[in-house]
Formats: sequence, structure tokens, C-alpha cells
Amino acid sequence: MKKILISLILSIFLIFPAFAKNVKIGIILGFTGPIESLAPVMAKSAELAIEEVNNSGNFMHGKIEGVRADSTCVDAAAAQAAAERLITSDKVSAIMGADCSGVTTAVLKNVAMPNGIVMISPSATSPALSTEPDNGLFFRTAPSDARQGEVIADLLIEKGFKSAALSHTNNDYGKGLAASIQKNFISRGGKITVTAAHEDGKADYSAEVAALAQAGGDILIVAGYLDQGGKGIIQTSLDNGAFDKFFLPDGMIGDSLPKAIGPDLNGSIGSVPGTDSPGAAKYSELAKKAGFESGPYGPESYDSAALIMLAMEKSKSTVSNTFKKSVMDVANAPGEKIYPGELGKALKLIKAGKDIDYVGATALELVGSGESSGSFAEILIDNEKTNKVSYR
Amino acid sequence: MDFLNGITLISNYILIPGLTYGSQLALGALGITIVYSVLRFSNFAHGEFMSFGAMTSILLCWLFLSLEINLNPLPTAIIVLPFAIIITIFYCILVDKIIFKFYRRQNSKSVINLIVSIGVMFFTGGLIRFIIGPGDKNFFDGERFILKAKTFKNYTGLSEGLALKTTQGITIVLSIILVVLLFWFLNKTKTGKSMRAYSDNKELALLSGINPEKVVLITWIITGTLACVAGTLYGLDKSYKPFTYLHLVLPIFSAAIVGGVGNPVGAIIGGFVIAFSELIVTFAYKKIFFYFLPNYLVPDGLLQILSTDYKIAISFIILVLVLLIRPTGIYKGKII
Repeated sequence: MKKILISLILSIFLIFPAFAKNVKIGIILGFTGPIESLAPVMAKSAELAIEEVNNSGNFMHGKIEGVRADSTCVDAAAAQAAAERLITSDKVSAIMGADCSGVTTAVLKNVAMPNGIVMISPSATSPALSTEPDNGLFFRTAPSDARQGEVIADLLIEKGFKSAALSHTNNDYGKGLAASIQKNFISRGGKITVTAAHEDGKADYSAEVAALAQAGGDILIVAGYLDQGGKGIIQTSLDNGAFDKFFLPDGMIGDSLPKAIGPDLNGSIGSVPGTDSPGAAKYSELAKKAGFESGPYGPESYDSAALIMLAMEKSKSTVSNTFKKSVMDVANAPGEKIYPGELGKALKLIKAGKDIDYVGATALELVGSGESSGSFAEILIDNEKTNKVSYR
Repeated sequence: MDFLNGITLISNYILIPGLTYGSQLALGALGITIVYSVLRFSNFAHGEFMSFGAMTSILLCWLFLSLEINLNPLPTAIIVLPFAIIITIFYCILVDKIIFKFYRRQNSKSVINLIVSIGVMFFTGGLIRFIIGPGDKNFFDGERFILKAKTFKNYTGLSEGLALKTTQGITIVLSIILVVLLFWFLNKTKTGKSMRAYSDNKELALLSGINPEKVVLITWIITGTLACVAGTLYGLDKSYKPFTYLHLVLPIFSAAIVGGVGNPVGAIIGGFVIAFSELIVTFAYKKIFFYFLPNYLVPDGLLQILSTDYKIAISFIILVLVLLIRPTGIYKGKII
């Protein structure tokens, strides 16, 4: 019995090296939880970039494989366990993710930094992440909410809203964004009548809405999630006749919301990271060809994955602590501009020793400690659909 | 005009939501009180029984809608309710036959039954997630409003709106019907009287020839009915998500205890006490003062006693206060 056991254990060690060694990239997104309706498109976008590189055959480190894991968006312990699994058992070389600010901070602090793994988040937007110590391992292709706060304040003033009530989800993302909106709106002469947090995952939001309604305001800013408390707050406000116009920041943009609420939401406005650069259109085309519709944070996810692979090529290494230095290099000027669908070409250029400037799907420009400078699209809900009307 | 505006404001944000939420809590508390007075244990699984009832309604709604049976402008849930009630009763009796009966035979202490009911609660919760999943389900259809806030404003010319959702109307009407039926049953019918006798003095009731198994059966039929109706109404009015029913257990128990455990009238009063105190304590009174006071007296702040984050804590506070000051509840019930 003992002999069998020992030989079994030994045989496991013998089998392992027999696997071909692929470069692996972890894709850790909230496939369950408050943004579960966005995560599939984000993951597919990242996998789209990976597939493109694999098909080109120009990647010096061989084939790349994406490994999905669930960040849950809200449960830091679960996200850390998932990231830990990616690094220790799947042996990923880098992580595309995580998505929500809270879990991203937790994974960065407790998993990515101790293990020395590069993380590029497509959608963590909390201003706090700009100053979080990261050993140069953390980047994001989404702009910080400090920037979104400015854009939202500008938009509200332009549209003639003088006063607004503000309800935010009670987590890092909601608090950070709310603080930024409040600061910028007040400095532009607007008035925030009340700032109140709401908890996600409740059935009944009538008490929250009652408090908001008493404070009043021309518009209600709902800095929450479209599948969660944000939806509840809007539905209850409409039911009670408390507010009829809403401002929807990035976490609230998605076609499931107008579909769930119906025609009453028409006329509400919002903002979401986006650009009218040719890259965005090219990305949508690629997505359509791959059989899915582009969605919020899809372009950012594509760019995150692309950046990882380009930086690996540039530094001729898949070791995070080496290629982390090349991320800013490939993302920014000078060099030949690279759009979605041109990753094969980019790899060739790098091999030839030429500089590239990855523009990607989001007109990417990394500033500061490695975060997108941020272009935003203005959203108008019309005809029960989210429409992008202009860019800034 | 200001006076009318103020009244409308209170009705819209406190009175109507309070009546609706209070009715839902009262139906839940009635279920707990009846199990407590007849079977003599606190049934923590009641929240999940409500969830089970709501789930059955949703599944039947989907079935009926696929057969194109509906009740426009009323929600389809109304037609499926009787069938859902039967399934929920069946589930309650099944649980009793398999689990609670065993402990009843052993003459277990009520605290053991209580722990057993917590086990049933977790099992039922798991079963529900297994069948319908943990996600948000909205099964409301038909006309959304009896009275829209905008229509009210246009009609009366007031600056405050008053909205009455169809679900709120249905909740209040159905609760009244159910409560009237229940009291008629308990006070006027022979079976109801035998239940009360059994609850008052078990030994004496057994000696006078009351069949205990029949009493238990009737108890579960009533509990299943109340749970299914309360659960479906709550899910219809808010939205159905399995784990919110776990959170509902606390206000329901507070309601039952505040009113006096084992006393049906107390359960109803308790339900409304809890519902209204949750709303009143977390409401911001700025606008009401604006309407009722002369302008120079209106303060700048929101005048909110507690932030809405503390809503769930209020049931706890009331529970503790009642247990400290008047452990029998408002109406004299049994002491847990």
C-alpha cells in the first residue's frame, strides 16, 4: 500500500513537466455580484486581445492563455483567494483585473504585491488607488474617479442643473466618486442638497429615497451599481415621484437598467469612460466579428490585456518585476500609433527595435503612477437605450 | 395649501409605505405567533417559508404567463396565489412530518425545537437558491400604479405628489381579508376553538378528546397560508431576492414579541409598530417643517433623527426595550 502511494505521488511529479509551458494571464473579474452583467463582455474583450496575439504568432514567449477567476466585485476575501489561486496554482505571469475598486485594492495589497505580479485593472476607478503603494506593479486603463467627478460636475452645470441630491453605494468606489463629484460640483457653483449612502442587495429602498426626497434637488446623482442598490433607488424614486431626472455615473451605465426601469428613465443623463477615437470603432468591429457586442469597460479590458502582452514583448521577459518597467513605454508616445487589431504589427515593430505608442480602443495615455488620463462619453438615455451623444 | 401639501407628504412617504410594510410584517408575525402558541417554539424558519411561498408564486407566474393566462391590469401573482399557498402548505406539513414530529414525540424542550427550526431555515434557504438561484427576480406585471404621483399633482394642483402602487393596494386589501378570515376561524369555528383550547392548556385539551395531530395539521395549514401570502406580497411589492427574507426574520420576530407572543392581535399591532418606527425614526423632516412652520423658523439641516443605514437597528432597539420594560409585550402574551 505504502509503495503504491509513494509511486503515485512520484508519478504526479513526473507528469507535471510534460505539460507545454504557456504564458498565462489571469482574468479576474466579478462574474458574480453587483456587476455580473458587465463582466462577461469585459472578459471576452481581454480574451479577444489574447487570441489576436496568438493568431499573429509574433509573440516571442510562445502561446498565451487567459485564465478566468471570479472577483465577486464586493467580497475582498473571495477575490484574494481567487487571485492567490491564479498565482500559486495556475502560475499566471500577470493579472488583468480586478474590476471594482475595493477588491482591486485588496488583491493588490495582499496578493499581487507580495508575489510581485503586475495587475492592470480595466475598471477600478477609486481615487485612492492613485496613491496606494504598489511597487510599480499596478496600472489601470480606466481613469480615476477624481477625473470623472470633474466631468460630471461640468456636465451638470452645462445642462443647467443648479442643485443635486447624491446617493452612493456604501463602498470604496461609491465614497470616492461621491466625494469627487461633491467637491467639483460645489466649486463650480452647484449645490449638493444631501449625500447619503445606500447599501446594496436590499429589497426595499423607500426609507433611503424618502430622506433624499426631503432634501430635494433638480436631479438625483446615483453613484451605485446598475444591478443592485442603484436600480432600487431609481425605481423607488420614480414610484414615489421623488425625482424624475437621474445622473448615472459609470457603474450605472448598461442596457439592462433602461430595460428594467422602462420609459420613465428616458431623458436621464450619464457619463462613462469612452472615446470617439478611431480605436473605439475598430474595437467594436473586432468584438462584433468575435460574436459579442461591445459594452461598458470592454475597450478598457481589451487594452489592459494588450498592454500586458506588449510590455512582455518589449522587455523580453514574462517576469512581472522586469516587464512592469515597459508598460508606460509601450502605452505612451513616442512611436508608431497602434490601434485594436494591430497587435501583431505592434509585436513585429517591437521585435525590430522600433518604438510604439499604444492608442488602443480608449485613446490610452497613461499618466501619474500609471493610470489612464481619461476621456469620457456623455450618455443620454433615450428610447430605453443608452446612447453616447458626445465625448470630452 | 401648505397644510394639504404637508399632509400629502406624510401620506406619501410614511403613511402608505408604513401601512404596506406593516401589513407584510403583521402577516409574518401572525405565522410566528400561531406556531408559538400551539407548538410552543419560536419558528426561525418562518422567513424562509415566506421565501419559499414567494418562489412558488414566481415559478407558477412564469408557467401561467407562458400559457398566456393573466389578469390584466392586476398582477398574475393574484391568480397563482391559491396554488402557491397549497404547495407551501404541503412543504410545511412535509417538514413537520419529517422533522418537527420526531422532536414532538420526544417531548423536546422548546429551545431544542428552536435550534431545529434554524436548521430547517438553512435547509430551506439552500433549497430555494438551488431551485431559483440567488439573483433578483421581478415578477410584477400588469398596471403598476393605482394613483401616479404626477397624476395626483396635476389633478389637485398641489406641489407634493401622492403615489399608490397597485402592489401596495393589493397588500393592504389582501391582509385585511386574511386577518378577518383568520379571526373568524379562531373564534367562531369548532376547529379554531379546539386550537385555542390546545394552546391554552394542552393536557386539559387532550383529556377532553381533542386530536393533537389534527391541531398540529391545522396549525401548519394556517402558517403555510400566512407565510405564502406574506412572502409573495413582500416580493411583489419590493422585489424577490432570496436572502432578503433572512433579514426579514428579525423585524418579524420583533413584531411578534412587541405585540405579545402568542397573541394574534398583538402580532398585528406589533407589525405596524415596527414598520412605522423604522420609517419615522429614519425620515428627514425638513420639508414637513417647511410646510407647517412659518418660514423664519425652518432650520437648515435635514432634521433626520437617524441615518437610513440604521433602519435595521431600530427593530433591535425596540426589541430590547420591550424585553426590558414589558417582557410580555403590548398585549399580554407568553414570555419567551
